[in-house]
Amino acid sequence: MLLITCPWCGPRDETEYHYGGQAHVPYPENPAELDDRQWAEYVFYRDNHKGPFAERWMHSTGCRRWFNVLRDTVSYEVLAVYRLDEPCPALSQAGGNP
Amino acid sequence: MTTQPLPEHPDFLWRNPEPRSSYDVVIVGAGGHGLATAYYLAKNHGITNVAVLEKGWLAGGNMARNTTIIRSNYLWDESAAIYEHALKLWEGLPEELDYDFLFSQRGVLNLAHTLQDVREGVRRVGANRLNGVDAQWLEPDEVAKVCPILNVSSDTRYPVLGATFQPRAGIAKHDHVAWALARRADEMGVDLIQGCEVTGFIKDGNRVVGVETSRGRIRAGRIGLAAAGHSSELAQRAGFRLPVQSHPLQALVSELHEPVHPTVVMSNHVHVYVSQAHKGELVMGAGVDSYNGYGQRGSFHVIEHQMAAAVELFPVFARAHVLRTWGGVVDVTPDASPLIGSTPVDNLYVNCGWGTGGFKATPAAGWTFAHTIATGEPHPLNAPFSLERFTTGALIDEHGAAAVAH
Repeated sequence: MLLITCPWCGPRDETEYHYGGQAHVPYPENPAELDDRQWAEYVFYRDNHKGPFAERWMHSTGCRRWFNVLRDTVSYEVLAVYRLDEPCPALSQAGGNP
Repeated sequence: MTTQPLPEHPDFLWRNPEPRSSYDVVIVGAGGHGLATAYYLAKNHGITNVAVLEKGWLAGGNMARNTTIIRSNYLWDESAAIYEHALKLWEGLPEELDYDFLFSQRGVLNLAHTLQDVREGVRRVGANRLNGVDAQWLEPDEVAKVCPILNVSSDTRYPVLGATFQPRAGIAKHDHVAWALARRADEMGVDLIQGCEVTGFIKDGNRVVGVETSRGRIRAGRIGLAAAGHSSELAQRAGFRLPVQSHPLQALVSELHEPVHPTVVMSNHVHVYVSQAHKGELVMGAGVDSYNGYGQRGSFHVIEHQMAAAVELFPVFARAHVLRTWGGVVDVTPDASPLIGSTPVDNLYVNCGWGTGGFKATPAAGWTFAHTIATGEPHPLNAPFSLERFTTGALIDEHGAAAVAH
């Protein structure tokens, strides 16, 4: 069971959250100009890193707000939690589960 | 005090050769799929100058961690064709490989607990029959006859409203399958090289010509990736992306019991699948952990959830104990169907994305992947399972028949 700190509600069990996959995947700026291959990239292709990975979580049984987590996909350690309007912290500044 | 002398060490089933500097074909990953691919490269295509490179030990990944279920009752034509091909191969493999790996066609029940489950199950039975897959729809009283320990009363939170039944489905001893394939591939000249991690790819323009490994550089005419959960990592080293996400998938066993469970039971809705191994342990699996993970372990609440489902379906299990739990790393595609075919890099082929269902497909994955590597063209069975389907939109959505939540 992961312990994840919601930026608004504080530390809660993993079962309170819903996973949202890779973070920082922006909607295409000019969608009408994309070809099929580029659409496939946007819709179906996501990073699948081994190691620190920026991902989205939603506090579905709490405040129901989305936020981002930097988490190691091997050790599962939560390295940083940050709001959607904040940039992904550099690894050197990520200080573990706050 | 007298001591009994230890018995002689049994013969090894395969050599442990040093890697040579070059091969016609290099397969990355000595799990079930990699070994089956090497076996069929040699048997069907006469290509024996082959190495299978394994970073750990032979069949130590998902091949040793699955719940050993074999079935072919998938919904769509493309899936039914490849899984049924696998099942037919399974039926002949013990004799062909001269190895009794305890393939037991004890049938599989896929339970329906909601009206939607019933509709989907009846539809799938119809689709299966049209595709030549043995399938029946059973009402609850018939379900109870197949599996008497199953609670089919209406006195449960999610009553059993019926089930699909595939009598030819079953289980096999997964380790022995790998060893049987490895022994025969080795006999035909394939080098099985353990403790050899692929760290990079050597390319000439857009053509792959070899691999860098922890045991030196190995040149290869063609290369096939069969690395399951680690396929994305390999693809990244080769310079392309795959539409797969790696998730932990957990399973567990109880202590040994007298035979009580005569078939295989899967429930997509309450989320558990159970069989009883020959030795006597109850083998159970559940859905994947939601997050991406390479840790070969998942969260405990997933196990708790599957145990709750198991005890409700099988009240007799309430007195059993969990002996061991473990996890594997499964590579899941957006449509819960595999990828078998060419890649953006010439002479580099990929077999991955089997997600939670790779074991049952082992012979067909090997058969079609060997064909693809040997001829440079997909076999008709794996042509629909190309990377291009995510661009053309010709997806093969098997989230329902996959029976494991992704």
